[in-house]
Amino acid sequence: MTSTSTTEPLRAKTRSVPRHARGRRRGRAEAGRLAALLLSPTFAVLALVIVYPLVSALRDSLFSSGEQLDENGFVVQGDQFVGLRNFADIVRGAAATRFWNAFGNTTFFMLTTVAMETVIGMAMALVMHHALRGRGVVRASVLVPWAVPTAVSALLWRWMFASDGVINAIIGHQVLWTTEGWHAKLAVIVADVWKTAPFVGLLTLAGLQIIPGDLYEAARVDGAGSWRQFWQITLPLVKPALLVAVLFRILDALRMFDLPFVLIGNQKRSAETLSMLAWDEASNLHYGPAAAYATLLFFYVVVVAFLFVKLLGADVIGEARGRRAVGRRAVGRRAEDAPAAPPREEVVPA
Amino acid sequence: MIRRTTIAWGAVAVTAALALSACGGSGGGGGGTGAGGTTPLDGRGPITFATGKDTSGNLQKLVDTWNGAHPGEQVRIVELPESADDQRQQMVQNAQVKSDAFSVLNLDVVWTGEFAANRWVVELPQQQFDLQNFLQPAVESAKYRGKLFAMPFKSNGGLLFYRKDLLQKAGIQQAPKTFAEMSADCQKVLALPDAAGMSCYSGQYEKYEGLTANFAEAVNSAGGTIIDADGKPSVNTPQAKTALDTLVQGFKSGMIPKEAITFKEEDSRRAFEAGKLVFENIWPYQWAKANQTDGSSQVVGKFDVAPLPGISGPGVSTIGGYNMAISSFAKNKATALDFIKYMTSEQTQRSNLLATSEAPVLTKLYDDPELVQKYPYLPTLKASIMGAKPRPVVVHYGDVTKAIQESVYAALSGQKPTDAALSELQQKLQQLTQQ
Repeated sequence: MTSTSTTEPLRAKTRSVPRHARGRRRGRAEAGRLAALLLSPTFAVLALVIVYPLVSALRDSLFSSGEQLDENGFVVQGDQFVGLRNFADIVRGAAATRFWNAFGNTTFFMLTTVAMETVIGMAMALVMHHALRGRGVVRASVLVPWAVPTAVSALLWRWMFASDGVINAIIGHQVLWTTEGWHAKLAVIVADVWKTAPFVGLLTLAGLQIIPGDLYEAARVDGAGSWRQFWQITLPLVKPALLVAVLFRILDALRMFDLPFVLIGNQKRSAETLSMLAWDEASNLHYGPAAAYATLLFFYVVVVAFLFVKLLGADVIGEARGRRAVGRRAVGRRAEDAPAAPPREEVVPA
Repeated sequence: MIRRTTIAWGAVAVTAALALSACGGSGGGGGGTGAGGTTPLDGRGPITFATGKDTSGNLQKLVDTWNGAHPGEQVRIVELPESADDQRQQMVQNAQVKSDAFSVLNLDVVWTGEFAANRWVVELPQQQFDLQNFLQPAVESAKYRGKLFAMPFKSNGGLLFYRKDLLQKAGIQQAPKTFAEMSADCQKVLALPDAAGMSCYSGQYEKYEGLTANFAEAVNSAGGTIIDADGKPSVNTPQAKTALDTLVQGFKSGMIPKEAITFKEEDSRRAFEAGKLVFENIWPYQWAKANQTDGSSQVVGKFDVAPLPGISGPGVSTIGGYNMAISSFAKNKATALDFIKYMTSEQTQRSNLLATSEAPVLTKLYDDPELVQKYPYLPTLKASIMGAKPRPVVVHYGDVTKAIQESVYAALSGQKPTDAALSELQQKLQQLTQQ
């Protein structure tokens, strides 16, 4: 995604060069080569940081290592090819219950936290957008949870959810939040929503700010109440920004690791996610199964992201592509003028 | 122009090659690692000592003393994270890439088997150490299949901390020796007005390594084992059942407070210091913390220590601590060996105990009058360590401890009856030890 969007402006620029040079076709071929040259560092970096880990994980998932001992009690060295056995073990072997439980948890956390964060984040954005006095203070304070590192916020919540913590003091009843059960899931959801709703709020706020005020004015003149204004003006117009925020949250939620790990603990079935499973296997030197878990999680994320973009039409790259097309046409007329819209992803704080 | 093309294609080719070679690179791991048996420990020069974060601040002083005396064989401390899991991970990674960055490794007692079996550490020459001067259980924890792969550097054993003041008020002269006695004592103590709102006893029962240690203590104190001398799992025995039943019963009867299922060391320590517990099973570091006069402890001077209570035999502690080993991939192994000898020498161990109160590994220091005056719990600690048993010594310790935590936690939190939990555990351990 990133590669194509960053290359576009370059190609547009190089294409304009041959005008003053010789034949059009030859110039195009030359430009193609120049483009390849200029892009090769990018490709090299991408291959190194994206392609290599992916391929390496796929490869590892087909091997097993260090599982056997020789007669003197030493570990037999070297990798053995086991084909798809690691995957088979995960989905229907001894580890199946643990995997499906983690899969269920991951999906459950993704659905519940993202739904709540969207509603609360939207509300936050509206408040931030409208708060007239102390607007800066409101915005800054809403963003504080997002600025706290996840592991730190998890630790913070763990103290609050401790047996003698403030939450139990408030509800006046001792709940052991970090033990197995639905309360553990609830604790994770609360902490996650607290931390990431501001992220949705921030992106939605950016979307709100580009809605022209005269639309509301016109609506008021036509006698639309504020509820109607929200549903018919605000929501449709903020939808592109909101969907991007939700997509990012979904991807984030699917690879949730640090929050349940620190807040509830390792190996707690009630809050175990797929990334935690992969980590657990890797830290016990079972690299094959760990890579298999990671690969499955990767495909799961891809499928969910794909479905989301297809079904809900999240305009993550579409809009940028549209703008680029416009930009390119402009380039055709005037070579120097090629300010293709910056790709959307870059605007978003990671 | 031609040149440019070549460069362009060259760049593409490099990219492709990078990707390909990278894929191939990970495949080549393993292979034949050296010959078995003892490798000669030779080579002198600078080395490193990889260890967890030194919270005492005394380690650098010990190393400085060595460095002063050995100008050509300087030791540099490589400080790893504070968390044991992270330390292990870094050491494992270092071994897997066969790096010589870490020469001497400070291994937790339970990792020693794994590192030895993977040939990540070399065998040490037993005859060069006076092993009979060391605490025997600590030495055992440094062996794998009868061979010495590390030397104990720090030891640790669980102790029963108890509220001396309350026991006296209730007319009890001696700390309890068994769980039954402890339960009876608690009934008397908790009847006192001073003990309102207190609970009887706690160890560490959160689902983590501490649970394995506490369960191992219970099983050993009931005369059983988790993995017997022949390396066979043995948690389907009546002893193991008695042990688990005692803990489960403790939770059910309220002898162990129900929030103890969330306790790690620090939680139980705080509970004891806040005056919420009459008895507590914990490492000796509790002594200094509970005697802190900065207001963090409500029990300064009101407690004492005793050996852990037994269940149907004498109380047995789980041994903790650290062993020093030499990485198989290190340079200057002769220097490394000398450094280990220095760190385990009487002089070093004594000065370290005085500076840090960490349990030494030499037996005679526990009876040293000067030291006992400073640390009155030393004789009790010695008894605890001398009677201590290691946690199961297995290669895939991570899997074994995980299986134990899984089943025991399910039993303690009432999700599974003890019979079912133990037979499930037995089955899992059989699978894990078969390999």
